[in-house]
Amino acid sequence: MTTRLDTSFAALSDATRRGVLEQLGRADASITDLAEKFHMTLTGIKKHVGVLEQAGLVTTKKIGRVRTCQLGPRRLEAETAWLERYRQRWDERFDALDTVVQELTRKETSDGRKNRK
Amino acid sequence: MDARIESKLGPVKNRTTVERTSDREVVVTRIINGPARIVFEAFSKAELLKRWWVPKSMGMTLLSCEVDARVGGTYRLEFDVGGPEPAAFFGTYVDVTPYSRLAWTNDEGGEGGSVTTVTFEEQSGKTLVVLRESYPSKEALDAAGTGAADAMVETFEQLDELLVTLGESSGQ
Repeated sequence: MTTRLDTSFAALSDATRRGVLEQLGRADASITDLAEKFHMTLTGIKKHVGVLEQAGLVTTKKIGRVRTCQLGPRRLEAETAWLERYRQRWDERFDALDTVVQELTRKETSDGRKNRK
Repeated sequence: MDARIESKLGPVKNRTTVERTSDREVVVTRIINGPARIVFEAFSKAELLKRWWVPKSMGMTLLSCEVDARVGGTYRLEFDVGGPEPAAFFGTYVDVTPYSRLAWTNDEGGEGGSVTTVTFEEQSGKTLVVLRESYPSKEALDAAGTGAADAMVETFEQLDELLVTLGESSGQ
């Protein structure tokens, strides 16, 4: 599960790829459509689609000369991965906040004791 | 003396939860081990904020931190993210109610930035922190990544390259 989430994190770490998912959420699109939409070369967009495909977020199929992309079976996991990444960020931050707050609280308590003496 | 024993055992680790409450909003909750007054100050005073807002594990360096936590006051944080230019995050405080509520805008992305609202509720010496990030649209939230976390992108890009290489070698 961790490895699968990691793959999803990696796939979602790039603004273009998030954009591609957003776009495919509205409608299927060909590689050419996506390249135009994101002002990229075919090679460039293929790399991004490759990463998304690897993560199971997108599937592609070739019909004639056109490769069509659509959302893959793991779109729901994408949401989970997004939230987990977000949670980890805040968890790290709040751990650090906790340390600062506990230190200040202790300091205040011991200062209070001193003042009472 | 007490403090030494406590730090040796380590503080109790509270859980951080995240919920996407709507298309446009994410809510983060966490209990912090201290009174609301101190937690509020840790959010609203620059010298305290800069001690925790960018923990070491985020892998970036805070260059400057200016905070004027009054309604209409502004904040600005600048980070070294390894690039030629520092990354800046800035905005305006829209609600400052001592010890119970703080809200600010996130303006670094231009129009359509999110508004962050934090409430502090003290419960027997500890503080429940509820942080709400509201975006103007679903698209804005989806595109947001996780703010400062975008600095992590570099690490992820290395992973991406590996994935692409693996994909190519498996004959895709």
